[in-house]
Amino acid sequence: MNELALAIPWLGKRHPAAARWVVVAIALGAPLIAILFGKTWVRILDFAMLYVMLAIGLNLVVGFAGLLDLGYIAFYAVGAYTFAFLASPHFDIHLPFWIVLPMGAGFAALAGIILGLPTLRLRGDYLAIVTLGFGEIVRIFLNNLNHPINITNGPQGINMIDPLVLFGWDISRPVKIGEDITINSLFLYYYVFLAFVVLSIILVQRLQISRVGRAWAAIRDDELAAKAIGINTRNMKLLAFSLGATFGGVAGGLFAAFQGFVSPESFSLMESIAVLTMIVFGGMGNLAGVIVGALALTALPEVLRHVAVPVQQAVFDRVILDPEVLRMLLLSLAMILMMLLRPSGMIPAYSRYSRPELVVGKAAGEARK
Amino acid sequence: METLLQQTVNGLVVGSVYALVALGYTMVYGILGLINFAHGDILMVGALVALEAIRLIQLHAPDLGLIPTLLAGLSVSVLVCMLLGYTIERTAYRRLRNAPRLAPLITAIGVSFLLQTIAMIIWGRNYHTFPQLVSTTPLEPVAGVFITPVQVAILVVSALLMVALVLLVNKTRLGRAMRATAENHKVASLMGVDTNKIIAATFVIGSGLAAVAGVMFSSNYGIAHYAMGFMPGLKAFTAAVLGGIGNLGGAMLGGLVLGLVESIGAGYIEDLSFGFLNSSYQDIFAFLILGIVLIFRPTGLLGERVADRA
Repeated sequence: MNELALAIPWLGKRHPAAARWVVVAIALGAPLIAILFGKTWVRILDFAMLYVMLAIGLNLVVGFAGLLDLGYIAFYAVGAYTFAFLASPHFDIHLPFWIVLPMGAGFAALAGIILGLPTLRLRGDYLAIVTLGFGEIVRIFLNNLNHPINITNGPQGINMIDPLVLFGWDISRPVKIGEDITINSLFLYYYVFLAFVVLSIILVQRLQISRVGRAWAAIRDDELAAKAIGINTRNMKLLAFSLGATFGGVAGGLFAAFQGFVSPESFSLMESIAVLTMIVFGGMGNLAGVIVGALALTALPEVLRHVAVPVQQAVFDRVILDPEVLRMLLLSLAMILMMLLRPSGMIPAYSRYSRPELVVGKAAGEARK
Repeated sequence: METLLQQTVNGLVVGSVYALVALGYTMVYGILGLINFAHGDILMVGALVALEAIRLIQLHAPDLGLIPTLLAGLSVSVLVCMLLGYTIERTAYRRLRNAPRLAPLITAIGVSFLLQTIAMIIWGRNYHTFPQLVSTTPLEPVAGVFITPVQVAILVVSALLMVALVLLVNKTRLGRAMRATAENHKVASLMGVDTNKIIAATFVIGSGLAAVAGVMFSSNYGIAHYAMGFMPGLKAFTAAVLGGIGNLGGAMLGGLVLGLVESIGAGYIEDLSFGFLNSSYQDIFAFLILGIVLIFRPTGLLGERVADRA
């Protein structure tokens, strides 16, 4: 749990216990503070949790195993569309979420294996391009598989997806306590997502210090040496790929249920890049960094949206940079500047299991010229 | 048969645009071992700058003929893109030259999106109609095959540029220095080659070619758009890998082959898949080829020296 404390570096180094409690308090109290600024902010927090899950999953692939995956959002799409197919009026199938979500995760893992089997012997930048291509292929299929047989409903996407129903309790409906207190469903989603995030963190942390995690670190740092000491590099890389994909699949299923609507637009290359930027920004290979990165880069564009737009209105009488442009600008600049100025991220990895300079260093798996 | 011939012509035209862009990828990769993700976006900047320049010329000097206007617009855009390529190399990539390899790659992705965002700010999200200064009405059909003057121009100009580039690389001092740098930075600089200058020159030449390709692409399809560089960029990269990355002839061959496969494939995909897939899946061919080449022959069609890099 030390990594949790490191989310607040200045406190975490001296008083890890205190820092840990602060993190827990923030995690539990965040929506209560957010609601003071309006419901939108709770919604943003919900999305932030999904991005945290994605970032944790991608970090497993890029940060731990050193495989640059630029098509990660495709697994998110697989999870989301599985949920949409099996729990919506589209095919008129309404399976409960505890069946659909694992199925989504399973299909995503399968997609990871299918993509990984032929490509994982490629190294570094080639892998990046092939995974990018895979992401695009998935999107092209989602966009066009509406004829001759309508499977994905094309660019319109699928709507009216069933919400999460936990033990017969539909969490998309507000809960009434007494006469005047109602708890908005956005809060309920937040805590459900938070539970998933906590579960992911524990899982990934256990994984990182396990035999598997050490094998990944070895492969990332020097693939040849890893092979020489008897690590089955192909299987280990496949495992990283499919496990990372599983996180994407789960996040995708949650996303579909939360939003009630999926369309190919949500799974563009820009989203893959956004998640990658989050882990680059926070600190590749370091769980706390990755989480902080995901939170910061989900929240920051929204803050800008609410600050920059009125400011522009006031100063120029019109909006020159709309929020979407601002987000892209922020993400691309973050990526460039982080690489130039602070390549190990805002919160660099500290343990002997995760050394980001090596993540960045040997992911290409070869000596420099 | 006529469809086949027609699609072959179309494929050659598109393929020669890919080839020009692929040359930029392959030169940079040959020298730096870097996939310059932003290369496709330089094509986009080239097209949009040319569009803007042509608009201005038509506004202020409407009497200038069509071809001089196009040439003026083209030269402005080539110059702007060369400057852009130099700036990117200087500010972003040079500092990372000795950094671990994932760092420049991620930076390049960032530069690519930054260029798109800036273009979106300047030119908006809309598709712009690109002025058709060279006619796009088909000439008299030969053997049932239609070809437009702009397609002829594309074929001729790209052939000329490729010949010029090959001559530059193989016959001039600069070219020799480039080859030496690609072979081995350290030794080249010991032999008195200013490798920094040579690398900058490579980016400048590649960006110039991309600008020309951008103008051709937009002239052929009649549109320009802030995100138009992504697909041609990716396909050109595929072409470079297909031909054998780092190899000039390979990039040209790869571009043409990819253009042909794509356009002939798009013509027949509906029959091949029994009506299940249609030509909106055209973009998939490039990725399939890329995957297949990387898996079965990572050195590409003509490559031999990159076996250790794949």
